[in-house]
Amino acid sequence: MTKPKVADLLHEPGCGHNHKKGDNKACSQQAKPGAAQGGCAFDGASITLVPITDAAHLVHGPTACAGNSWGSRGSLSSGATTYQLGLTTDVKENDIIFGGEKKLYSAIAQVINRYHPPAVFVYATCVTSLIGDDLEAVCRAATEQFQTPTIPVQAPGFTGTKNLGNRLAGEALFEYVVGTQEPEYTTPYDINLIGEYNVAGELWGVLPLLEKVGIRVLSKITGDATFREICYAHRAKLNVMICSKALINLGRKMEETYGIPYIEESFYGVADMNRCLRHIAEKLGDEELKARVETLIATETAKLDTALAPYRKRLQGKRIVLYTGGVKSWSIISAAQDLGMKVVATSTKKSTEEDKAKIKELLGEDGIMLSKGNAKELLKVIENTNADMLVAGGRNQYTALKARIPFLDVNQERHNPYAGYRGLIEMAKEFDHVLHSPIWEQVREPAPWSLVTSH
Amino acid sequence: MTTITSPQKSLSVNPLKQSPPLGAALALLGLKGLVPLLHGSQGCTAFAKVLLVRHFREAIPIATTAMTEVSTILGGEENIEEAILTLVEKAEPELLGLLTTGLTETRGDDMPYILKLFRQRHPELKSLPIILASTPDYKGGLQEGYATAVKSIVETDYGAPPQETSQPVITVLAGSLLGPGDVQEIKEIIEAFGLTPLVIPDLSGSLDGHLDDSEYNSKTSGGTSLQQLQQLARSRFTIVIGESMRPAAEVLQQKFETNYQVFPRLSGLKTVDQFLWLLSQISEYPDTVPKKYQHQRRQLQDAILDSHFYLGGKKISLALEPDLLYQTSWLLQEMGVNIQAAVTTSKSPLLNDLPVDTVTIGDFGDLEELAPNSDLIITNSQGKLIADKLDIPLYRLGFPIYDRLGNGTRCLTSYRGTMQLLFDLSNLFIEHSH
Ligand code: SF4
Repeated sequence: MTKPKVADLLHEPGCGHNHKKGDNKACSQQAKPGAAQGGCAFDGASITLVPITDAAHLVHGPTACAGNSWGSRGSLSSGATTYQLGLTTDVKENDIIFGGEKKLYSAIAQVINRYHPPAVFVYATCVTSLIGDDLEAVCRAATEQFQTPTIPVQAPGFTGTKNLGNRLAGEALFEYVVGTQEPEYTTPYDINLIGEYNVAGELWGVLPLLEKVGIRVLSKITGDATFREICYAHRAKLNVMICSKALINLGRKMEETYGIPYIEESFYGVADMNRCLRHIAEKLGDEELKARVETLIATETAKLDTALAPYRKRLQGKRIVLYTGGVKSWSIISAAQDLGMKVVATSTKKSTEEDKAKIKELLGEDGIMLSKGNAKELLKVIENTNADMLVAGGRNQYTALKARIPFLDVNQERHNPYAGYRGLIEMAKEFDHVLHSPIWEQVREPAPWSLVTSH
Repeated sequence: MTTITSPQKSLSVNPLKQSPPLGAALALLGLKGLVPLLHGSQGCTAFAKVLLVRHFREAIPIATTAMTEVSTILGGEENIEEAILTLVEKAEPELLGLLTTGLTETRGDDMPYILKLFRQRHPELKSLPIILASTPDYKGGLQEGYATAVKSIVETDYGAPPQETSQPVITVLAGSLLGPGDVQEIKEIIEAFGLTPLVIPDLSGSLDGHLDDSEYNSKTSGGTSLQQLQQLARSRFTIVIGESMRPAAEVLQQKFETNYQVFPRLSGLKTVDQFLWLLSQISEYPDTVPKKYQHQRRQLQDAILDSHFYLGGKKISLALEPDLLYQTSWLLQEMGVNIQAAVTTSKSPLLNDLPVDTVTIGDFGDLEELAPNSDLIITNSQGKLIADKLDIPLYRLGFPIYDRLGNGTRCLTSYRGTMQLLFDLSNLFIEHSH
């Protein structure tokens, strides 16, 4: 990818981060030297593309990139398992001296011969970018030679953050994949889901709902997706962007090029789930569909109320501090509030102005917005707000546990699906277990001998 | 003599290898009051951190110099300086460990020179030792990075004259085949002989999974301390565990004339016998071994008897780093097991001498081809995919192990640890026999 393109992505007009002029820190922000660190652009691109289950994902670089990361993603598949393979050129010193293009080409050939994937995604990394390997040329040659789409993903780690990597992956999809095939048939109820990665199988809690009311998901981008379905994504009537500004560039470009409108929705919590279904029906503009959606919402909400009643009683008034990136924070806030809990503080580190306004509204007057935070500050906030627990990504798990504070994980590698109506029950269960566990008293109990003043 | 095959592949399928900077960071985490600093782009550090956190289930202090495309082209000086100053301000470390990565090695940052300039510019940090290790991603794996870091640790000058200690100090260079639980056991054994162990690195203080009184640590809360490192010159002897630690032992011999002995493994009856015998010879009471261990030896002999019914004649395939492969395969061989396949990550003199005809330097893709029809696979958690596919039980060993608890206390060396391993494996076979 050429330089200007990265700059374009950082100034993505569809992104709320850019609404305030000159303030797009959230996207361009890189880790500070000496500070804590998030994933690199390569990490972000993998998060977005690896969930395409029947494709092969080949990392062109040394051990650090693939060796330390393969197999750790939480995206589940209902069919193919090719995406689980950790494929890498495992670049060595000689390749760095003589260039890695030949090795890459032969690696692509082997991948295609051995696994016959419908497509190969080839990921650039820092070292292979620095030595100037021409990924695009190699991929072009391989595509022609083997008649298998071979797609260069130009998101080496040093170009930026995970977030930028998501977008660069979106760019690769738009440029090389979307619009290259046609679906067998289309219906007026075809939508794409964009930015849902089927972590812990979340998608499977939502797809049946859509099916029930007669909405067809034409393409899932990219959770539990096949390569082919993304190829014909351009025939959908509506793009539904889930809980993430990360692929907003894809939504916007598909609107410009194919005239597909997009909406931004969330699957977390009753209110958001209801709103999502209503918005889709509204956008597809079909009265009968709208009616079916209302019926579904009525049944599901009633069922949910019964299922949640015991939990609501036990969770009522519990105070949580939420520390997670981007749009997810407000969707989790609304889910927590559905359960009768109070979010006393939340991070707004990666949030847009728009998100922040929404969060402010949800949290109320004395809610605390954390614009930056390291582990230490986080603990301080928990103490000051007298919070009962921390809800955050796995990276902060041990920050909380070491301080003997209850913790719930809401990131990529977790094991419980929280999306949809069913997901809310799951979430309630988890909150209940964690908060009411008998362990807290034990881990906070001082040793008898520590109470004796020794002389 | 074992044949080593090292296929020159352009495609690696399911890598077995972790990156050298990760291994080096792991070694540094065994020093007290330190934050490993990786000189590279942020992603390397994030990936390493995630793996370490998942394996140990601990908060892991680790930082990056956060190189970008632009700073890579310009050179890393500024980022290194900013990173060190930030760490000093935030974490007040007693020691600093600076590691390179593939990116900055490819760029060719002249690290000694950059550090020299840093020293000139910051005389106020004169007393802060900085351990520098060159660990490009494209050379070796975790074991090599770890060994390089340990060598750098003993090469570094820690100033200040050492104080007299009453007991004789014995240095232990603890290789990457040992976990925190192994290190703890080794320390206890040495102490039982009336000796003071100085373990480098000492993961048992930092990654053994315990709750501290303080709520939050921005640096390692335990491990080998600066004061201990200053004692190195006084050490009477170096015990080396793991062949990969040999170069570090040679440094100590040159620097302080400390003699050493290498134990390429520390499990199995005879090798533990030799270890205890050596300790008794350098202790105040030669030829005597504490009662406790005499008894444990009898227990191990009994365990060997009990477990040989389950292990004898079994076919086991292993995929482990060289040191751990050597230790495990010889123990199994001594129990009457047939090693069906051995896959490892990188070259080592040990590979010539394994109880198997061929050893492959490769990945899980190789294991998948070699392991069918084994009775058991021994490798890290990432081997689960292949074990499931081949429908062979898996015993988890090595790094990372993220789907089992207790990696901070697990002990598989010494008499006690050997027993544990024999019981674990026998129980697995009992469970899977129909
Ligand atoms: S920062 Fe660069 S070298 Fe490190 S993991 Fe990311 S892509 Fe690989």
